[in-house]
Amino acid sequence: MIRIYSIISLILIGMIFIYVADEMPAFGSPDNPINNRVYDRYTERSFEETGVPNIVTAILADYRGYDTLGETTVIFTAGMSLMLLFSRWKNG
Amino acid sequence: MANGEITSIVIRTVSRIIIPFIQIFGLYTIIHGEASPGGGFQGGVILGTSIILLTIVFGLEEAKRRIPRGLILVFMSLGLLIYSGIGLLDMLFGGKYLEYTRLPLPLSGHEISALSILCVEIGIGITVMSVIILLFFYSVRDEDAHGINA
Amino acid sequence: MLMELMLRYNYWISVVLMLIGFYTMISKKNFIKKIIGMNIFQTAIFLLYISMADIEGRSAPIIISETGYVNPLPHVLILTAIVVSVSTTAVALSLIMKIYKEYGSIEEDKILEVHS
Repeated sequence: MIRIYSIISLILIGMIFIYVADEMPAFGSPDNPINNRVYDRYTERSFEETGVPNIVTAILADYRGYDTLGETTVIFTAGMSLMLLFSRWKNG
Repeated sequence: MANGEITSIVIRTVSRIIIPFIQIFGLYTIIHGEASPGGGFQGGVILGTSIILLTIVFGLEEAKRRIPRGLILVFMSLGLLIYSGIGLLDMLFGGKYLEYTRLPLPLSGHEISALSILCVEIGIGITVMSVIILLFFYSVRDEDAHGINA
Repeated sequence: MLMELMLRYNYWISVVLMLIGFYTMISKKNFIKKIIGMNIFQTAIFLLYISMADIEGRSAPIIISETGYVNPLPHVLILTAIVVSVSTTAVALSLIMKIYKEYGSIEEDKILEVHS
């Protein structure tokens, strides 16, 4: 019963997605709306402002360094919650 | 044989040779992440994978003898401390939080930035490695046994 | 119509993977299969974002070549998302281990009839 419902709803969702995919920009063209002035600023002036050739590392650690601090906190919190789940109480 | 190690001598010899090379490759990915693809997260996962290989082949007891639990916890906190410590250090010399160019070292502007990025990536790599090792050690332990297998 | 279909085949691949992951999450009864379905779903979303960043004829974003570079910004955001996905899967699998120790099975209907 769940299977029939899920397959019907998946076909509906799939049709909506494929109808929307017609309106998205083409794959690989240089005048997509994603390549705007942010892209120009990052590729032209990242080497003289940070001194690091890898643009992805420069954005991660210098331009958006605060987000990377939050992400390291996410990994640290996952480790903490593992320690909480697997601790053993001494049954007395 | 009580802790599920692999006894085939081909596998033990090959993994004994190849684990240091995996660790060197992981360190290379972290440190050379400024000029080639890589960085902190990727190198940390590779370093954690080498310890997982050690645990699979030689058993949990041998791996816990080499890496005690206190060391894993210290590394996990040390990486995050390095990252936020560099941010606070920049605030100490008059800049904003994580503004790398205010440190009073005798280097030019963008060389200080490259040095700080290297330190930050090392901190991230240490944290990721210790979380992956901790996850694997907790997954394979035997809960009903006492002693070092716990 | 067919020309536009061939120009946008990356979105189709992402949609197919998304539907496979979503179906696995809904209709399987084993808990580990549900978590694997969640992982497949997340991988489909990463493919959608990174395939939007590609520009034809340009190389990887490391300042070493004379041709242009692809857009580096989605790569940065997806790196954070991959790390969050790994953390979520780790905690979810640990919770499944604790459920198994408490109830004795990891099938959804057996746990429901034990629990009620």
